[in-house]
Amino acid sequence: MNTPLRRVATVMLVMFLALMGSATWVQFVQAPGLNADSRNVRTLYREFGNARGPIVVAGGAVARSVKVDDSFGYQREYTDGELYSAVTGFYSVVHGSSQLERAANDQLTGRGDQLFFSRLRDLVTGRKPEGAAVETTLVEAAQRAAFEGLGDQQGAVVAIEPATGRILAMVSTPGFDPNALATHDVSAANEAYAQLAEADGNPLRSNATLETYPPGSTFKLVTAAAALESGEYDASSTLPAPVRLDLPQTSATIGNFGGGGCGANPITLADALRVSCNTAFAQLGMDLGDDALREQAQRFGFDDASLTIPMAVAASRFPAEANAPQTAQSAIGQFDVAATPLQMAMVSAGIANDGKVMRPYVVERVRAANLSVVSQTEPEVLSTAVSPGTAAQLTDMMVDVVANGSGTSAQIPGVQVAGKTGTAQTSADAAPHAWFTAFAPADDPQVAVAVLVEHGGSAGSEATGGRVAAPIARAVIQAVLAS
Amino acid sequence: MATVEPHRVRAGRGVELWLLVLALALAVGAYALVGLGTSDEVPADVLGYGAGLAALALGLHVVLRWRAPYADPVILPVTIALNGIGLAMIYRIDIAYEGAGKDHGFAGRQLLWTTISVVLAAAVLICLRDHRTLRRYTYTAMVVGLVLLGLPLLPVLGTSINGARIWVNVGSVGMQPAEFAKLALAVFFAGYLVTHRDTLALAGPRFAGLQLPRARDLGPILVVWAGSIAVLVFERDLGTSLLLFGLFVAMLYLATERVSWVVIGLAMFVGGAVVASSVFSHVGARFDAWLHAMDPEIFDRMYGGSGQLVRGLFGMASGGLFGTGWGQGRPDLVTYAESDFIVPSLGEELGLTGLLAILMLYVVLTQRGMRAAIGVRDGFGKLLAGGLAFVVAWQCFVVVGGVTRLIPLTGLTTPFLAYGGSSLLANWIIVALLLRVSDDARRPAPAARGVRADEPLPGEVPDDDAPVPTRVPAAAAAQGASAGAEPDDEHPTERIGGLS
Repeated sequence: MNTPLRRVATVMLVMFLALMGSATWVQFVQAPGLNADSRNVRTLYREFGNARGPIVVAGGAVARSVKVDDSFGYQREYTDGELYSAVTGFYSVVHGSSQLERAANDQLTGRGDQLFFSRLRDLVTGRKPEGAAVETTLVEAAQRAAFEGLGDQQGAVVAIEPATGRILAMVSTPGFDPNALATHDVSAANEAYAQLAEADGNPLRSNATLETYPPGSTFKLVTAAAALESGEYDASSTLPAPVRLDLPQTSATIGNFGGGGCGANPITLADALRVSCNTAFAQLGMDLGDDALREQAQRFGFDDASLTIPMAVAASRFPAEANAPQTAQSAIGQFDVAATPLQMAMVSAGIANDGKVMRPYVVERVRAANLSVVSQTEPEVLSTAVSPGTAAQLTDMMVDVVANGSGTSAQIPGVQVAGKTGTAQTSADAAPHAWFTAFAPADDPQVAVAVLVEHGGSAGSEATGGRVAAPIARAVIQAVLAS
Repeated sequence: MATVEPHRVRAGRGVELWLLVLALALAVGAYALVGLGTSDEVPADVLGYGAGLAALALGLHVVLRWRAPYADPVILPVTIALNGIGLAMIYRIDIAYEGAGKDHGFAGRQLLWTTISVVLAAAVLICLRDHRTLRRYTYTAMVVGLVLLGLPLLPVLGTSINGARIWVNVGSVGMQPAEFAKLALAVFFAGYLVTHRDTLALAGPRFAGLQLPRARDLGPILVVWAGSIAVLVFERDLGTSLLLFGLFVAMLYLATERVSWVVIGLAMFVGGAVVASSVFSHVGARFDAWLHAMDPEIFDRMYGGSGQLVRGLFGMASGGLFGTGWGQGRPDLVTYAESDFIVPSLGEELGLTGLLAILMLYVVLTQRGMRAAIGVRDGFGKLLAGGLAFVVAWQCFVVVGGVTRLIPLTGLTTPFLAYGGSSLLANWIIVALLLRVSDDARRPAPAARGVRADEPLPGEVPDDDAPVPTRVPAAAAAQGASAGAEPDDEHPTERIGGLS
């Protein structure tokens, strides 16, 4: 009977091998899929049950996880939640997460590839894995200046360090209190979410990076750059500047802000930018052609859907095809041209940085729970928008805008500010968006900023970029220079 | 004329003692880690717990030294290790249930059942001096087995839990008689098949290359087949039915060495199961839940859905390679985490690594059982040990295969790990019987047996290193010369010990 016994013993061994195989299949091969299954509450519990890393601004945590005695174990807490909501986003049991909480989730939970060794150490020492701290590039004073400058108005501010691309401030109003969404009280979280989802100005979406607006006259920087880059124009080239410009192929006309002339006709390119002369730039756009404008816009970062900071950024756009009248409108930032506030800050930053646009980023470094630096973001050139010569000419022209033109309210004593105003038409019955983008000091740029106030903010239809948006930019620039 | 070479026989009790220390360290360490994992401190009663478990294990060890000195030294430590891991996991799940305000207190009861089981195993080893005694009770065992299977159907005793009528309530204690039925039926099969193996294997018509059995030999076998199908039909217990039938087919094969029996057996069972699955919705639902487990509709189905199975898979997946660690996962998110789903619980907290280690323990345990079957000289012992070792392996396969989606899920307990008194008791008796058979198998026979007095005197129990006596009577030496041949199973010439 020993032969069948041996055979049965072999069959038993095969049975156990099959079990080992199926256990491996579940726990190794299928595990990622099972862990990602939306019905798997365990993943959620585990994420909440581990100490999620903090999001840090200037050494202080603006989002952190504190131990609580409920089934999740940890509660996400936000300091100055509304102030930083455009950067941190929210982290909710029921509604998922947004912005950095989502984009840097791997680091915050400690699951990122870079944190492999720290996980291995936790495994060996039996410590509960702890997430890494995500340190942002934000400057607290600049963030506050932007937030307070916008106040109750809907809009956004983005400030960038031109030489590196570090984002020094990023504010979107209305903001929201992420604590209301992070609560483990599901019904309270649901109610807060429903309220925010229906609120005016879409507080849950960052205006600074996820919404696009007609950039209005701030786009004239791109048009001017295209003109200078073509080699056929310089700052003193003269342009026709009629009170009204008839557009070909149509009965439409383009007029100037306030309906008057531009002070001179013809006008130099520099003066046209200084007084933000629509008719001169519309004609210039038609003369350059939509291809030249599009190419120039793209070199500043338009039409790039792949940009992440590390949060996803909505692509700013220049229309793919445009006839002459459309090109004329596009040249002054109307028609289908749309830009995020971040994009307009990148335009200024590119000019400030001798024509090189740096890749913008908001995560300075990631630090593991034991404080060792896991990763450090290195500045990287995103594109070369214009030549240093063009950048220098544009800078001079922008300095003139603030010194003697439409942007005088951005003046700072003792600091040369280079800027450009914008007042973008949206629809006939709505007040225009007020824009201002600038950098300073002009000879040694430390900060580039873009300010958008939707529909003129508190100034309503009286609003211009110079009146409403420029003072906010000035406050942000001052805050950065003072820090 | 062959002579018996003086050779050393290791009884292995010393080895067993060291392995037991390891097993106890594993069990007590697991218990302490559960405390550390759940409340950051070692449970206050860890020393008492360790002492109690050690007393049980060492007590059984002493009984082995006394009554079965040559028993396999690996079986007991492996069993203690498995039981200890199970206790720690049940204790851990208790803590989670307590926190969630659910029924708890399983660990205490499991510890009580462990104590009862080990004491009973010791009693079996003390009272049953020779496994061949059991052969006298072949047909008694069949009747007992069938009665045990039928018990849950009795109106007052039986209770239906989750659709399966497999429980019997005696006073306040619930029992699963099927666990004991498998034991009784293993004894019956061993006794019956060893008597009828030749007629089953050789007599009867041949058909299509298969040796068909004679009708009169088939009778008792058909009774048992009908019994296990009846379990499936009337008690809605696919697991037990599958378990018994697996045991039955395996032992038939062991006895007859005819693959035809396996083919016939499988055909009968598959036929029965297919009919059952089309007639009985719960069996069909099991198949649905197995094949389309991730389907949202089946996942959410209230009865016969795959929710429990998939939640178990989620648990195992979140454990990954190394697990969350004792007390740091969420095994309590699966219903019956402490019993039917203890394997996913262990998979979650100990990871794939831990689960593979546990499966290896089962491999060692069951292969040592088969080793005893191969080593023992009488046909009844071979069949009994082979059948018992197989049924442990088969039960593991059905349970673990079920929760890992290798085969459809059936409600069975994982031997030694899962919560449940009947299961623990029955499996400890299986271990006691395997130890008993292995003692016979590893005894330095035939030489030593020939000179053995009625009782091995304490001084005669060989030390690990002591040489076997070389003084061999002529008759025993002659028997030794024919050691390659199996002794006549039908007419055992040796003394058969009775129940003392």
